[in-house]
Amino acid sequence: MRFEWFIAIRYLREGKAQTALVLGGTTVGVAVLIFLTALISGLQRSLVGQTLSAQAHVLVKAPERVARPLPGPDRPADHVEKVPDRIRSIEQWQRVLAVLPAIPGVVAATPTAAGAAFATRGPATKAVTLRGIEPESFSRVIDIVPRMRSGRFALEGAEAIIGSVLASDLGVVVGDKVRLATPEGRGDVFTIAGIFDLGNKEVNARWVFVPLRSAQTLLDVPGGVTTIEVKVAEIFDAERVAREISRRHGLAADSWMELNQQLLIGLRSQSASSWMIQGLVVLAVALGIASVLGVSVIQKSREIGILKATGTSTGMVQRIFLLEGALVGAAGSVLGAGVGSAMAIAFAGLARAPTGEPLFPVDLTPGLYLGAAAVAIVTGTLAAWFPASRAARLEPAEVIRYG
Amino acid sequence: MAEAGGDVLRLEGITRDFGAGEARTRVLRGVDLSLRRGEFAALMGPSGSGKSTLLHIMGLLDRPTGGRILLDGQDTGVLDDDGLTRYRGSTLGFVFQFHHLLPEFTALENVMIPMAAGKGRVEAPMRDAARALLDRVGLSARADARATTLSGGQAQRVAIARSLAMGPKIVLADEPTGNLDTQTADEVFALLREVNRDEQVTFLLVTHDRRLAERTDRIIELVDGRIVSDHTNPPR
Ligand SMILES: Nc1ncnc2c1ncn2[C@@H]1O[C@H](COP(=O)(O)OP(=O)(O)O)[C@@H](O)[C@H]1O
Ligand SMILES: [Mg+2]
Repeated sequence: MRFEWFIAIRYLREGKAQTALVLGGTTVGVAVLIFLTALISGLQRSLVGQTLSAQAHVLVKAPERVARPLPGPDRPADHVEKVPDRIRSIEQWQRVLAVLPAIPGVVAATPTAAGAAFATRGPATKAVTLRGIEPESFSRVIDIVPRMRSGRFALEGAEAIIGSVLASDLGVVVGDKVRLATPEGRGDVFTIAGIFDLGNKEVNARWVFVPLRSAQTLLDVPGGVTTIEVKVAEIFDAERVAREISRRHGLAADSWMELNQQLLIGLRSQSASSWMIQGLVVLAVALGIASVLGVSVIQKSREIGILKATGTSTGMVQRIFLLEGALVGAAGSVLGAGVGSAMAIAFAGLARAPTGEPLFPVDLTPGLYLGAAAVAIVTGTLAAWFPASRAARLEPAEVIRYG
Repeated sequence: MAEAGGDVLRLEGITRDFGAGEARTRVLRGVDLSLRRGEFAALMGPSGSGKSTLLHIMGLLDRPTGGRILLDGQDTGVLDDDGLTRYRGSTLGFVFQFHHLLPEFTALENVMIPMAAGKGRVEAPMRDAARALLDRVGLSARADARATTLSGGQAQRVAIARSLAMGPKIVLADEPTGNLDTQTADEVFALLREVNRDEQVTFLLVTHDRRLAERTDRIIELVDGRIVSDHTNPPR
């Protein structure tokens, strides 16, 4: 065993009350770190998850078309005319769709032709969003299959899949027929193949999925698609992927982050306040370790003098006390991880949604434990720096003179 | 200085000042002294005359204000802090006035500490070596006792064993028998004498006990930071 370890471990073991004190403080500090981080990241993941349950990570559209300014005496050259809203298809969308997976971070992509429509069943008529899709690739972008209330997520011929709210508004079940028509008057009758619940009232009330080909006919975009929806591997990477897509293909690409600015600002300020609290906790732990070790250095002055008089170098003395700080940090992170996890798990169990899922999910990941341990050990070592330097500077002749 | 080659330690013009400005006082006022290899010498003098200060300087625990210290002919003034520590570990042993064992450790571990510090590691053979030293001072039965549970005489024996841990050339002992009753003091003194004879270790011991001092080879007397007498005792 290294000499410094031998001495440091013995000092910690024998300094019972002092060791218990700093260890307790460090344990509480690490527990707070673990608990807060697990809670905040769990909460944020669930918020983002809810938002993204019905939303693709990146939406690719035809570029915004800008009318060419017509130079003339009565028109300023910078006058731009907005093109009236009309459903526009992405040019050569099959080619784009084929090469999208080559962009790093892209996991899946699916074409959609979407537009406004009315759904009619007997006397009831509802305004809906018609979404022509390819069910197989769509389900790889949006995790809809487990969220089917009834029926199945597949479309053959004149079939439609609608949301749970629309189903009850229209009073229909799987197997019933419903008429879908565009404001321009094109329409057709569809059989309901499935009813979904994506956990979002608006979506459940308005979205109607039909086969891509049917939507292209109804919306009068023969062979075209209005959006390509993309799933990425790492959700906070969506912004970069969106920029990459628009750079490579000259298309408009919006990440979910751009489309949910409010949510993102909320998440950021939540993270910031959590970081601040954690910073203060780390500071308090550091001060605690520093002051207790400082007292122990003063109490041990004479022994430090003896150690130096019997061949212990200045560097060794310094390392002994740095090691004490690091060991306290390491032990505190083990104990704190236990306490913090127990707190987080207990908290998650406090409130559950009707589905049995916790209302306050917590994220206890290996990375979190490693991070907390690293913070605790580094904090312990840095906090020990001042007392350790003080111990190293002690002059043996001065401290061993008097009994 | 007839046989300079036989000097294991030599002090030249050592001064030591404490304090600064008005409060500055000169505690050692120019000490010249040589110790020959294998010598067993006593340092006497009234309280406050500078004996401990001189011992600390000889032992490289403290640096003099002026003068030179030669250990085995090597000028120690050129050594840096770590150099001094290494020299101290390998050449010198200390027995302090208040035996100063480390209370967190057993008797055996206290004896081991200079060995472990010197190597930077605690190794199994060190235990055996420490046990042998405790045996030498007649304390093997108390090897695993906490330092705090030892009697004064026992603690001083452990301190002597510790001072011998690195096989030093010189042992500096500051009133090693000062706090012991007469019988225990005699035993400890006899032990030091024995180590000196058997291992040719040079001893300088501070004592107020003239009876013991008469039984050494040489008595050096310090008054007010100066050596006032230095004479060889008749062989007994
Ligand atoms: N660190 C110090 N600061 C100031 N004065 C000191 C210091 N160490 C020793 N002295 C003074 O030096 C003198 C000699 O002390 P010391 O060497 O302990 O004497 P002795 O051991 O002979 O009794 C005393 O007057 C003491 O007060
Ligand atoms: Mg003294």
